Amino acid sequence: MPSRDEIFEKVQAALVDALGVDDDEVTPEATMVGDLGAESIDFLDIVFRLEKAFGIKIPRGELFPEDVLSSTDYVVNGKLNEAGLAALKERMPFVDLTKFEENPSVQNFPNTLTVEDMVRYVQSKLAG
Amino acid sequence: MRWFWIDRFNEFVRGKHATAVKNVSLAEEHLHDHFPGAALMPNSLIVEGMAQTAGLLVAEALEFGRRVVLAKVAKAEFQYDAVPGDTLLFRATILDLKPTGSLASVTSVVVDSAGQEQPQGEAELFFAHLEPGEGVPKLFEPDELLKWLDHMHIYDVGRDEAGNPLSRPDW
Repeated sequence: MPSRDEIFEKVQAALVDALGVDDDEVTPEATMVGDLGAESIDFLDIVFRLEKAFGIKIPRGELFPEDVLSSTDYVVNGKLNEAGLAALKERMPFVDLTKFEENPSVQNFPNTLTVEDMVRYVQSKLAG
Repeated sequence: MRWFWIDRFNEFVRGKHATAVKNVSLAEEHLHDHFPGAALMPNSLIVEGMAQTAGLLVAEALEFGRRVVLAKVAKAEFQYDAVPGDTLLFRATILDLKPTGSLASVTSVVVDSAGQEQPQGEAELFFAHLEPGEGVPKLFEPDELLKWLDHMHIYDVGRDEAGNPLSRPDW
């Protein structure tokens, strides 16, 4: 299994190619949407590149659980309820949701996912 | 009128690679003002020609069962401008093809008077494959699409993975 740094380098290369950003912008704490400017179609592109770079399969909705964030069972007045937060934690154990939980407004979610979360996700896939 | 930015295919191998020709001509009205006295083929339209080359390659591999939409130009770099009289070859290679999307790399070369190929540009294109009802209207009527494919000579030069001629669909 590659080291965390080796995984980071490949994730960084995938994001540089997919988002047209410089490699020094792709820091572990950079957020995918806020800092790196990823749009929805970019996530499909990123999934392709990560699958190729690491030889893994990323099922639709696993890396970005759009269904949870748009479910009327989980979202009330634009905010995720407790069941929604629980579903998100279960689906995305690789994301640190501490800050998001303070104000779980759906519109804050895009600024939650960081490069380091992506690295942790790949680590979990490679370990599994 | 349709938005044709390739003239025909010279080579077409299902799901793998294809080469399309684009002859740049001063008869194209858009060149008259781009620019007056110095006609240049806009590289944005070259990207469209590249996308048509790779997009038809992808759509055929999916048996035209999905709506193949250019979702993203991941990279596009050009060395110089193409001008009237130039023959461009767009060479597309599918890098990855999945039910939901595909990634293709396309190069553009100009064939000079000695028959030598000079690299003109390259692009990496990402296509989304949408099901009917996913927010994109129907792109073609079947008979219109078939006419386009005939114009492009896809069923004259096209081969499947085993090297057998592609069969023209019976729509």
